Amino acid sequence: MALTTKHLEMTLETQVESVNLAEEMCLRVAEAAGFGEDDCYRIGMSVREGVINAFHYGNEERPEKKIHLAVDLTADKMIIHVLDEGIGFKLSDVPDPLAEENLLSTSGRGIFLMRAFMDEFDVVPGKTGGAEIVMSKKLPATGSGSPNGRGGQNATPQQEA
Amino acid sequence: MSLHATHRDAGQVTVVDLSGKITLGDGSALLRKTIRGLLADERKKILLNLADVDYIDSSGIGELVSGFTAVKNQTGDLKLLHLTKKVRDLLQITKLYTVFDVFTDEGAALRSFS
Repeated sequence: MALTTKHLEMTLETQVESVNLAEEMCLRVAEAAGFGEDDCYRIGMSVREGVINAFHYGNEERPEKKIHLAVDLTADKMIIHVLDEGIGFKLSDVPDPLAEENLLSTSGRGIFLMRAFMDEFDVVPGKTGGAEIVMSKKLPATGSGSPNGRGGQNATPQQEA
Repeated sequence: MSLHATHRDAGQVTVVDLSGKITLGDGSALLRKTIRGLLADERKKILLNLADVDYIDSSGIGELVSGFTAVKNQTGDLKLLHLTKKVRDLLQITKLYTVFDVFTDEGAALRSFS
């Protein structure tokens, strides 16, 4: 029997509270998937930054727009999608926050943090316009335990009947 | 847990004890209000005690940088004390660890302002 992908999605309002809601939901999925404490922190922070990006830059804090969050749990990784309803952007246009001239910038570190904390990260044009952040984290190996001593036992999604 | 901030005077230095999260929304706003309030009171030597701050997002980092710049622009100084591991790691990967003066001992931090 082939392993199936678990899929979860939700539509969020363009408001600050959505950031915490999205982070909390993804943290629960990550914990259930067997990720250890450190990886859960990284996943939670990345989701938070993805939704902040959609809230602030994509949807420009306009309440009539929505933020679409989806999580796929495959046999080997957790994949997170954050789609906004803005005009989209190219990763190559995002300034490097580590450049000397940007170090004292008060914004522009969200993309950098997602890239740093996740195994895979990309921004693609959304199917309905806007930008779609796609990022993933490899599941901890089954039975081996995570480096921080928590994950492992539930790392592989259960088979569906 | 949202952010809580109290401050105390140590000579010319104001120590701001922060606890909770510095994140988008109330946490970042409170940090901004606290630093701007101190500057308005001519308290320009500020030591942020982050011992009980266990979480900062990009908005919080931006607010730290904004506060640092605002204090510097008024010829003051803003320094950091007692970083938790997560906050230290964040400042290191964003290269801000080299921008801020960071201390692990309050006495040494206070002496550094003189």
